[in-house]
Formats: sequence, structure tokens, C-alpha cells
Amino acid sequence: MLTYNQMVVDELIEAEIDRVFHALADATRRDLLRRAADGQLSVSRLADGYDMSFAAVQKHVAVLERAGLVTKARNGREQLVRTDPVAVARARRALDALEATWRERADRMADLLDTPNTQGDPR
Amino acid sequence: MTVTTIEKDTEALTLTLTADFAAPVEAVWELWADPRKLERWWGPPGYPATFVEHDLTPGALVTYYMTSPEGDKHHGWWRIGTVDAPRGLTIEDGFGDADGKPLTDKTGQLRMRLFEHEGGTRMELFDQFPSLEQMEEMLKMGMEEGLRQAVGQMDALL
Repeated sequence: MLTYNQMVVDELIEAEIDRVFHALADATRRDLLRRAADGQLSVSRLADGYDMSFAAVQKHVAVLERAGLVTKARNGREQLVRTDPVAVARARRALDALEATWRERADRMADLLDTPNTQGDPR
Repeated sequence: MTVTTIEKDTEALTLTLTADFAAPVEAVWELWADPRKLERWWGPPGYPATFVEHDLTPGALVTYYMTSPEGDKHHGWWRIGTVDAPRGLTIEDGFGDADGKPLTDKTGQLRMRLFEHEGGTRMELFDQFPSLEQMEEMLKMGMEEGLRQAVGQMDALL
């Protein structure tokens, strides 16, 4: 049970790392990160800069969004894409890891409180 | 679910959490106050914590280390701030050298309070870090080596 929880948390963190590496492994997506830095461009304006379909660019933006590298904000009928400032992305990731740490600790505390109070139970 | 609410502030670098336990306040307090019990939940499985000095009185220095799966020891300390047994505790924490002596200024601050709640106990935690670098350092302490390296690589990329 305890081992299982730890595995789940490790897998979650690893899955997140995989998403970031995957997102940064593509030249178009790295270019999108640079162009979306000031948050003024919609997906369709961003798509104008590439020799590929709107749908393809939209997919790239979705990959960046899942990795937590960009956020979208609605502005009237458009969705503006903004590169998440590095410090905010890092802080969010660190706080997520801290949350995972405390969730696991709270689960272990609950397990210990459930343990019958017998002596010499090393578990 | 043990953890009932969680709030994270990316600017203030704080985490606020409440967790509910089906046990009396004194029993939850014992999980902090008895070092042998504390050792059973503080470190993740595979990264056990050993508390060397442990004394929950104001101003006392608590020292501990966590042993990695490779056998490396990572030393840390707590400076106890206020104690209101069995309901509350404030702690400053940081890294230590091999003798357990504080190596750094505090890297974080923790406030813990316990209340009676619906026949059990609610634990409120407030964890605060002075800087992102210090928070990341503290988190790496309980991570497997491979994961620590991966996180380091990710920081280099970002």
C-alpha cells in the first residue's frame, strides 16, 4: 500500500518530466514558445507563421499546454497563447512535488493511526 | 481521502493543507512527538528518516538524516519555534553536515496545528519557502537519484 503510493507519485512526476522533454524536443514548439512570450497572439495568428495547417499548429500548442509551458487566455472571440514565465512554471512544479510529498506523508500518518497499538510491530 | 484541502501560492511559495484523521488529537500529536513514530512517516519508503536528536521544546535543535537507496545520508535539521502540545508546532528547517550541525540558514518554515473535528482530528499545515531554489533543494532530498538528475536536467532546459 505504502509502496504503491510512492510508485504512483514517482510515476506522476516522471510522466510530467516526460511531457516537458517531449514538448521541448520539437523545433516548431520551441519557436512557438519564443513567439508566445508576450501573450499577444492567438492560435490562428501563431499558425500564420508556419507552413503547416492550423490544426497542426493547434496540436503543437496543446502539447505545450499539457506540459505546463503555455497557458491560454480568452480575449473576446480569440484565445491568446502565453508562454508561462519560467519562474511560475518552476514554482508550480515545485509546489506540485511538495503537495505529493505531504499527501504521501498524510497517508502514511493515517496508516500508522490505523495500525493496532501492538508492541514490536516494525512494519 | 486523508488530505481534504490544498492551496498553493506560486508567488508566496506557500502550501496550505488540511488532512483529517479518524484518531484523537493526542494520537496525531504523538506521530510528531515520538521520534520512532515520526520516522515511520517522514521519509518516503526506500528513503527512511532517522532522527538523531529530537526534543520538541522551543529553541531546541532536532537533527535527522534520510538514507537514499544507494546508502547516501542526507542530513537535515529543525529548529523548534513554538510548541503548544498537543495542538501545535512551528519549525524552521534546513540542511546539515555529516555531524548533523546546521550547514545552511533555514530553507523553509512549517506551521502545524491540530483540532478536534467531527469525532477525529484535523491537521492544518502551512509550509513556506524563502526562495524557489531552496524549495527545489529540499524536495530533491527525498527523491531517487534518477529523478533528481532528471529534475536537474529539466531546470537546465527551462
